[in-house]
Amino acid sequence: MKRVYAKEEYCLGCRLCEVYCVVNHSKSQDIIKSHKLEEITPRLVIESKGIISFALQCRHCDDAACTKACITGALQKDSKTGEVTYDQEKCVGCWTCIMACSYGAIRRDESGQKVISKCDLCGEEESEPACVTNCPNGALVFEDREE
Amino acid sequence: MDYVIIGNSAAGIGAVEGIREVDSKGRITLISDEPYHTYSRPLISYYLANKANWETMKFRSNDFYAENNVETKLGMKAVGINEADKSVNLANGEKIEFDKLLVATGGTPFIPPIEGVDKNNIYNFIKLDDAKSIAGDIENLETGKVVILGAGLIGLKAAEALFKQGLEVIVVELADQVLNAILDDEAAKLVQQHLEEKGINFIFEDTVTQFLGEDKVTGVRLESEKELDCDLAIVAAGVKPNIEVVEETDIEVNQGIIVNNKLKTSITNIYAAGDVAESNNLVRDIKEVVPIWPDAYNQGWTAGKNMAGVKEDYLECFSRNSIGFFGLPMITAGIIEPESDDHEVLVTKNEEEKVYKKIILQNDRIIGFIYLNDIDRAGILTGLIKEKQSITEVKDELLADNFGYLSFNKEWRQERLAK
Repeated sequence: MKRVYAKEEYCLGCRLCEVYCVVNHSKSQDIIKSHKLEEITPRLVIESKGIISFALQCRHCDDAACTKACITGALQKDSKTGEVTYDQEKCVGCWTCIMACSYGAIRRDESGQKVISKCDLCGEEESEPACVTNCPNGALVFEDREE
Repeated sequence: MDYVIIGNSAAGIGAVEGIREVDSKGRITLISDEPYHTYSRPLISYYLANKANWETMKFRSNDFYAENNVETKLGMKAVGINEADKSVNLANGEKIEFDKLLVATGGTPFIPPIEGVDKNNIYNFIKLDDAKSIAGDIENLETGKVVILGAGLIGLKAAEALFKQGLEVIVVELADQVLNAILDDEAAKLVQQHLEEKGINFIFEDTVTQFLGEDKVTGVRLESEKELDCDLAIVAAGVKPNIEVVEETDIEVNQGIIVNNKLKTSITNIYAAGDVAESNNLVRDIKEVVPIWPDAYNQGWTAGKNMAGVKEDYLECFSRNSIGFFGLPMITAGIIEPESDDHEVLVTKNEEEKVYKKIILQNDRIIGFIYLNDIDRAGILTGLIKEKQSITEVKDELLADNFGYLSFNKEWRQERLAK
């Protein structure tokens, strides 16, 4: 399946991936309103230290520890697309997935809801996620690296 | 191929999915003494607190059994196994034949032999029916006082749910701290303080010696001679493997059913997984029962694959828990109170923020950790435990706020992130 990969050599840590992640998951779809009026937790993690930085999204692992740990069935592996899907209605915020994800790619939603925030590849099958499209340096790519 | 699974929770469902990963045609029969569609037992506390309903508690969609071509025998109890003719006896006299059998019967509450423990209004808190009975009772209580015996995961989840339903809750615990199995005394103090601030009462280093009243419980007498009024009591004194169905067989049992890394029991074609199984603990390197949800699912999944003919080992069994009470989350894993001296402990603490982090190292490996309140990215540590990864290179950064993949060298990081 296609996944988002970071090329840390090209990343300047500008956080535009995060900005557009928030916009794309907002109601308003507006860059100002989504940040100022809506409480949206980015669905990716940015690591940065000195001159090195990169963005990290849910890896949609083939053998996903989160789906096998999830106590509610909110996280499941879609056997057709390979995506690790998330059903917010079922989630109770027990954070077992945070315990299970060895990438640390699942976040607690910061708006006070007991739900998680993780990459959904921007929803549309095969279309490019907003973080990739909006990275000015080509430091994020969306590609299929499987054999 | 005829697969039979006894159990309809994490391990049983994991097995269905594991089998179907390999074999789309074989017949699967799933037996459970509970009459319900597969549901999440940990959610009964959410159900009791009105934070989850029957629909949201379902662990898989309504069409799960149909989609996976599973014949269910729900509300039917498996009472015995005939190893010789490879069949399972049900309580209704029916006999189900198998080529491969999985015993995933889970745990059963330990009920201490306390005088009066069989009175009405005294419950366990394991199954949906427990939560339903309690929910039915709390509408008609006279005093609204409840005594909970045990300050473990189940006792405290019951305490939180019942408090949220307006009851006055006293928890009686034999140990001198809450959550003895998953927290050290430092973290336990912070959690206890948080629970007391919210309104839960505790009595430590004491236990119930008698449940008082005629048919219904009206109070408890403690070992300290103290008496407490209550008109509801919960016994949460621990869970033991539910081995009843194998008792008459030659299947090797210690505390639980002994299995190897392929989840095979000592008898050919019979497997066990989940809270009923005793397998090798990755961190402690001994065989033991590790009754946690992710292991149950993963063991079931691996058992299923092996039953379907794929040889696969499950080597990631160790205790780990993520739980929260009144908005205070914690994730703990592995060994949290090491018994030997050859270990190192890293600690950071902010009492005001109720933040506590402790990482236990042995031979440059992480063997356990506690993350209280600040739980973000805890899974990185879980991964390091699983991989038995040497952490020499990142030791000084393990407790830093920005600890992550950048703390490791580029090669290590890219090997994991670029594939």
